[in-house]
Amino acid sequence: MIPLLIYVAIFVVSYYVVTKVIHHAARNDYTSLKTVTFGDESAVRPNRTASVISILTLFLLWGMFTGSTLLPKFLHMPGPFEGLATFDYTAQLPDGQRDTATVTVLVHPVDQEVSAPEVDLGDGWAKNDSATIGAWRSGLIRVDQNDEFGRADGAEIVAVNGEQIVPGGSVQTDFGRVGMSPKGTLTFEPAKGWQMEPIWLPAPEAVAARVAEIAREGFRGSTLWEHLGYSLFRVIIGFFFGALVGIPLGYAMGLSDWFRGWFDPIVEFMRPVPPLALIPLVIIWAGIGETGKIILLFLAALWIMAIAARAGVSGVKISKVHAAYSLGASKAQIMRHVIIPNSLPEIFTGARVAMGVCWGTVVAAELVAAEKGAGMMIMVASKFQNTDIVIMGIILIGIIGFGIDMLMRWAERILVPWKGKG
Amino acid sequence: MSGLAIEKISMRFDLPGGGSVQALKDVSLHLKEGELMSVLGPSGCGKTTLLNIVAGFLAPTEGQIVMNGHTVKGPDAERGMVFQQGALFEWMSVRENVGFGPRMKGMPKPEMAGRVDHLLDVVGLQDFKDKAVYELSGGMQQRVALARCLANDPDVILMDEPLGALDALTREKMQSLVLKLWKETGKTIILITHSVEEALLLGERLLVMAPRPGRIHKEYRLPFADLGVGQDLREVKKHPDFAVRREEILAMIWDMEEEIMGRMEGAGA
Ligand SMILES: Nc1ncnc2c1ncn2[C@@H]1O[C@H](COP(=O)(O)OP(=O)(O)OP(=O)(O)O)[C@@H](O)[C@H]1O
Ligand SMILES: [Mg+2]
Repeated sequence: MIPLLIYVAIFVVSYYVVTKVIHHAARNDYTSLKTVTFGDESAVRPNRTASVISILTLFLLWGMFTGSTLLPKFLHMPGPFEGLATFDYTAQLPDGQRDTATVTVLVHPVDQEVSAPEVDLGDGWAKNDSATIGAWRSGLIRVDQNDEFGRADGAEIVAVNGEQIVPGGSVQTDFGRVGMSPKGTLTFEPAKGWQMEPIWLPAPEAVAARVAEIAREGFRGSTLWEHLGYSLFRVIIGFFFGALVGIPLGYAMGLSDWFRGWFDPIVEFMRPVPPLALIPLVIIWAGIGETGKIILLFLAALWIMAIAARAGVSGVKISKVHAAYSLGASKAQIMRHVIIPNSLPEIFTGARVAMGVCWGTVVAAELVAAEKGAGMMIMVASKFQNTDIVIMGIILIGIIGFGIDMLMRWAERILVPWKGKG
Repeated sequence: MSGLAIEKISMRFDLPGGGSVQALKDVSLHLKEGELMSVLGPSGCGKTTLLNIVAGFLAPTEGQIVMNGHTVKGPDAERGMVFQQGALFEWMSVRENVGFGPRMKGMPKPEMAGRVDHLLDVVGLQDFKDKAVYELSGGMQQRVALARCLANDPDVILMDEPLGALDALTREKMQSLVLKLWKETGKTIILITHSVEEALLLGERLLVMAPRPGRIHKEYRLPFADLGVGQDLREVKKHPDFAVRREEILAMIWDMEEEIMGRMEGAGA
């Protein structure tokens, strides 16, 4: 909740600051002269400043809630309590006699080994106690263990810091929450603060350090580049064969009613089946090795490419074909000079979609089973609670997916500049 | 027999939901070589259908097209077509579009380049020959379409509302261009239009068609096309007969349209 509020606040504040303060730097090109822009997509171009602030904000929030060392201390959200926590408990004997003692708890970072602090036992029949608990953790404290009269003697704890406590209830102290189990044992849960525990969300620098470490030393016997390279390699091979079969199939379906009739049921049936749903079957048939993965990606790309090629062929304006005929072109020439170039924009769109789907599918398939690959990395890391590797993997997968899409767009601009201009 | 003969053409389209449309019925006419005929008629009277049959894109249900003594069986380079718009190949440059026909025939490169250059000169697009067609204005694109058709040196040029999408000024320039090309090349031309003025200006012969079923309603022989060659077309429009003809034909077409409306209302009631 709090992160969301901060996020919205930054959004609103930066909007006012950027649009009002940097107002004089506003555009005064043609689009700013338009008075009617609602619904005009060309008038809505992404504000680059907003993009930069948006990304910085995400990292800022990430750093704030993980106590990142990259941020000055005052920006940190309150962290978990660490150090010596104390509270008093009052025990009562069956005859109503009460005595009070102090508990000292050393709350320590979870990755440190510490020993319980030395405390004076104090006077009275209830003795002072000491214990250790890791930050973000909680633990039972058997305070009556060293008392002269314990549970066996009918002694029970009735108050903490003077406040009454019953089994199942709890008392809030300055250092955290003291609860009582149904059987009457005290539990202590040090205050957690607002920061995330590294095991849920490591700080950005921890993730960066992990990237550097894995890039240097590799992960599970392969370098980082091998893992990513394997995933990419599978996608490219699978997509290549999918396109190799899918495009001619789509052309045949667009040009011949027999092919169309024959393959329509298959294509239309396979189209809505998510490739992920094929993973179990492919594993049964081809195992978890490279073959199985490439078959899966082949299938993921095949239908998309076939449908794109089919749409490209059937989408040709009949007047273009007529024009070519009356200019004396033969059927083969029309195929080569009209139908194929006319279908290229559709095929490129299909290829972009197919690459995206393949990338998603390969990661998912590697999550299920693989020796190498980006998906395998994050799956194995998650089993060992290596959240930093999981986050690193997700970021790298995102960057590569984005890179693939950018590359396809760029190729599209270079190779089919006439797209959408017919 | 030279020229283009349209012999008793009838065309019936079967509709997918059953029933059929009689798009053309018993249309016959003969065009001599080098004649320029414009075709007018209310929407849906079968003008495009007739042109598609002449081009060979459609086979008539009855009758035949005879061209220079042989029956038309399908599309052929001897009959070129200029479409209203969107029939240029946007993956080719202006030069490649114009050279398309010769290239398909396997004409040697230098000869082809010479012809393309010449035609681009004729239509005034020399400076744009390496541009992509989608970078040109509508009027320029239609000039490319015209040049592409001429590059193939067809005997007959068929035009289906080639200037329909252009603004008045560009249209006027293009009309002069069509007349000039017609006179210089001596091609046989059929030109469909929705503009009575255009039909009068460009048609050596003018055919008015009537709908349901599509048929020839009336034919005129007009002097304006010959007068207009190399002339300011606005002067031609001042010719005393021009206004008379225009009113006469407009009235004729209005009558037909009214009749269609009446029939539709009658059917609806
Ligand atoms: N492929 C087709 N299938 C069914 N009916 C058709 C087909 N093509 C044309 N028609 C019908 O034939 C008739 C003539 O159509 P056509 O396109 O030749 O008219 P047109 O005179 O060119 O009209 P416009 O001036 O609007 O272009 C119309 O009633 C039309 O509905
Ligand atoms: Mg028409």
